[in-house]
Amino acid sequence: MDVFRELPETYILFVKTMSDIKIVDAPPGVEGAGFFATSVDKVIGMARSYSLWPLPFATSCCGIEFMATMSPHYDLARFGAERLSFSPRQADLLMVMGTISKKMGPVLRQVYLQMAEPRWVLAMGACASSGGIFDTYSVLQGIDEIIPVDVYIPGCPPRPEAVIDGFMQIQKLVQTESLRRRDTPEYQKLMASYGIK
Amino acid sequence: MGKITNEELLGSIKAQFEADVTNVTEPSGLLTFETSREKITDLLTFLRNDPTLQFIYLTDITAIHYPELEKPIGVIYHLHSLVNNVRVRIKVFMADGDLHIPTATPLWNGANWMERETYDFFGVIFDGHPDLRRILNVDDMTVFPMRKEYPLEDPNRVDKRDYFFGR
Repeated sequence: MDVFRELPETYILFVKTMSDIKIVDAPPGVEGAGFFATSVDKVIGMARSYSLWPLPFATSCCGIEFMATMSPHYDLARFGAERLSFSPRQADLLMVMGTISKKMGPVLRQVYLQMAEPRWVLAMGACASSGGIFDTYSVLQGIDEIIPVDVYIPGCPPRPEAVIDGFMQIQKLVQTESLRRRDTPEYQKLMASYGIK
Repeated sequence: MGKITNEELLGSIKAQFEADVTNVTEPSGLLTFETSREKITDLLTFLRNDPTLQFIYLTDITAIHYPELEKPIGVIYHLHSLVNNVRVRIKVFMADGDLHIPTATPLWNGANWMERETYDFFGVIFDGHPDLRRILNVDDMTVFPMRKEYPLEDPNRVDKRDYFFGR
C-alpha cells in the first residue's frame, strides 16, 4: 500500500473501485495450460444472456418504472441490456409493461411475430400478467392469452429491483436452455397452442 | 354568468317548440329538458342558427341506460353557446328495440365521432350518419358494453374464481 502514499485520495479510490469489478465466471469446462474446453450451448447461452436487446412495449406506469430501471441509478446496462431495440427485428426480449387493451392485442402479437428466434417475453406488472385491476370487457386479461410468456414480474407497478430480478430470471433461462430451443417438441407444442408456426 | 338567463332561453325555445319540451329541470343551474326524436333535428338546428342564442358548439353526445324505464335508452346532447356563455342539455328517450335517431352530422362535423362512440357503447343507430361503425372497442365485439344487461367483467378472468377463495 506504500505506493498510494503520494497519490491523491480520489485516485486511490478509483484504483480500488476498479479492482472490485466482477466479471462473469467461465462456464464449467475442462481447463489446462493454454486451452479451455466447454460445450457450445454454455458459451453461447452465456454470451446471449449478457447481451440481451430488450424491446420495451410500455403502455403505462410500469413503463415509467422501466425508465427508472434503465437510468443510471438502477442501471440495467450492468446486465448487458443497455441497447434497447425499438425494432422487433433486432430484439431478443419483449418486455411488455402495462395494460394491454383488447384492441392493442393484435398489435402486440404482431410485434412478437416479427421478432426473430431466439426470443423471450417478460410480462411486467399485474396488468400485463393478469389484467390487474382492469377486470373489464375492454382489457386483455393477461398477455398470455395471445403470446407465450417466459417470466412474470408481480407488482403494481413493480419496483426497479423487481424488474432487475425478473431480467436476471430471463438471463438464467437463456443460460440454461438448449441452443436451439425452437426445435424442441415442447416449444413447438407451446407455439402451436398459440397458433404460431 | 351567461348573457342570457335560463328563463329567457327556455322562453325562446318554448315559443318555437311549446308541445315538444317536457320535464324541464335545472340541476346545478344547467337547463335540462327532454324532447322527441321527431323534433330533435329541428330543435338543434334552431338552437344553432338562431341569431341571438347561437349554440354553435356541440360539447358532447352520449347516452344513458335506465333498464327499469319504459323507454330505457336516452341520447343526451350538450350544447354550448360560446357567444352567450350558456349551456343546455337535451335528452331524447327511446324504447328498446327501436333505437333510431336522426344524425346531427349535417349541423356539426364533430358529431361524427360522438355518434360513433354512442353507437359503439349503447347500440343507438343514428340515421343518416355517413360512417356508423365502432370507434373505441374491437371491431368484432358483438355486445354494447355500457348497457346494463352486459356484464362489466371479462369472462376470461381466472384468478377471481370462487374456488380460489373457498366459496
